[in-house]
Amino acid sequence: MAISDTAAIATRASNTARAGIVLMLAALAIAPFVGLYPVFLMKALCFALFACAFNLLLGFGGLLSFGHAMFLGTAGYVSAHAAKVWGLPFELAVLSGTAAAAALGTLVGALAIRRQGIYFAMITLAIAQMMFFFYLQTPFTHGEDGIQSVPRGRLFGVFDLSSTLTMYYVVLIIFALAFLLIYRVIHSPFGQVLKAIRENEPRAISLGYDADRYKLLAFILSATLAGLAGATKSIVFQLASLTDVHWTMSGEVVLMTLLGGMGTIFGPVVGAFIIIGIESYLSDFGEWVTVITGVIFVVCVLAFRRGIVGELSAWWSKHAG
Amino acid sequence: MQALFGQLLVGLINGAFYAMLSLGLAVIFGLLNIINFTHGAQYMMGAFCAWFLLNKAGVGYWWSLLIAPVVVGAFGMLIERTMLARLYKLDHLYGLLLTFGLALIIQGLFRNEFGSSGMPYQIPTELAGGLNLGFMFLPKYRAWVIIASLAVCFSTWYVIERTKLGSYLRAATENPALVQAFGINVPRMITLTFGFGVGLAALAGVMAAPIYQVNPLMGADMIIVVFAVVVIGGMGSIMGAILTGFGLGVVEGLTKYFYAEASNTVIFVIMVIVLLIKPAGLFGRER
Repeated sequence: MAISDTAAIATRASNTARAGIVLMLAALAIAPFVGLYPVFLMKALCFALFACAFNLLLGFGGLLSFGHAMFLGTAGYVSAHAAKVWGLPFELAVLSGTAAAAALGTLVGALAIRRQGIYFAMITLAIAQMMFFFYLQTPFTHGEDGIQSVPRGRLFGVFDLSSTLTMYYVVLIIFALAFLLIYRVIHSPFGQVLKAIRENEPRAISLGYDADRYKLLAFILSATLAGLAGATKSIVFQLASLTDVHWTMSGEVVLMTLLGGMGTIFGPVVGAFIIIGIESYLSDFGEWVTVITGVIFVVCVLAFRRGIVGELSAWWSKHAG
Repeated sequence: MQALFGQLLVGLINGAFYAMLSLGLAVIFGLLNIINFTHGAQYMMGAFCAWFLLNKAGVGYWWSLLIAPVVVGAFGMLIERTMLARLYKLDHLYGLLLTFGLALIIQGLFRNEFGSSGMPYQIPTELAGGLNLGFMFLPKYRAWVIIASLAVCFSTWYVIERTKLGSYLRAATENPALVQAFGINVPRMITLTFGFGVGLAALAGVMAAPIYQVNPLMGADMIIVVFAVVVIGGMGSIMGAILTGFGLGVVEGLTKYFYAEASNTVIFVIMVIVLLIKPAGLFGRER
């Protein structure tokens, strides 16, 4: 295949992706007016951002973190505390939570990338469990109760966020900006090197790339964006609780990414909407949700490894020639 | 002083379970290159199996020690044959994800059936009561758990490191294709090894039942600590898994005595320190 052909295909693919992004954001912008509950949409968007951040690490860096809940939860606690106790406005509360997640991500990332593969997963899981016990015992999180009735406040002192619709559009804008940032990162030289390291680390190193530095940067970026999701979530739902730092949450984000399609741009968003949808419609069935979650995991791994978006785009490229 | 020895004993008991569970994980990992996330759930199934045998069939503790590992081990082998075997050619992370999903299913089903409160399991009459050692009171059952788990761990070590069967196993860990070429049925060996590792978890579950009560979630938090134990010890050696398991149990017990607030986290903190100093783990080698 000539280089110009490859370039043409790449351009076509990125045009499709860009059209997809515009369509997705437009659909989300009108979603509250076609009968979808803004509260459901906000929850799904927070998790979609969380899953996209996670996918940046797993899908493009090849690193499976089994402890990403610690970033979601840490940012949630810090933002909730900042908004409620320190009285910071919305934007600063979210920023401080995100910064906390970035700091934690730097520390954990530096440790975890010392091992690879399965060990990486176990180490992140263990550190996340340590953070869980820390938040369980430290007084500012209020243990089992969590930080409740966090004030939403006003955005830039102007927009009153107690209105659900205003809040929804703020969440949508945060999501859109983060999503575009991730898209940009994936297609930047940094993202390409990251993919090269995922495919063949020794080779990337022999080409002169400092693999550990790239992995650490990817980890920090992923942790920061996961933190942004957690910070937004805790203020939108006015609650920061232990659920968000528990290992089941770490498992959930893995599931969303796996179901939607890891390594795809839209996969995590699709996965997050489906899983949050299932959870809110089946919330009366208690533990059956856990069972169903497990079944989806097993089915995905055994029969459906590319995820929904991955399978669709494979089918598309086969039939569109 | 009483309290110190009491916590040391609790630490040794926990250490016994850490050792048995991480031993099972290490054996499975050695041959299958899979981290078995269902290990905690299978430990819980072992305890439930014993509870069922006692309360529904009237079968006592001693028979449970034999029956539960066989039943749960067979269940493990079924999973290995029907599901895990399809994943060997893929990235090992898929094995982790699959077993994580299975753990969620098993735990969810048991919670639906039994709720989240624990059910008591009586200590067998032969081991009721205790011994007064002068400086502390030693319940007989706890002494039995420590001795029995030591025996189980060291016989496993002996079989793997010192017998013909173990040498096949170690050879298959190094180079399965070559071992198969010598006429050894490697897939069957993999299945049996997986069953054995799972059986160890179930055995630990039966032994834990009289101490911790039988609870659907008893394995969920345990498995994360055991993962940390495995990271600290490194998966390179069987002996490493045993020593780290017992050692960390004791350290945890001592922490409970000297600074109780940190007892939940001490093992994770040690893991962080070990990662900084010796990333491959205390007994591990880089692979």
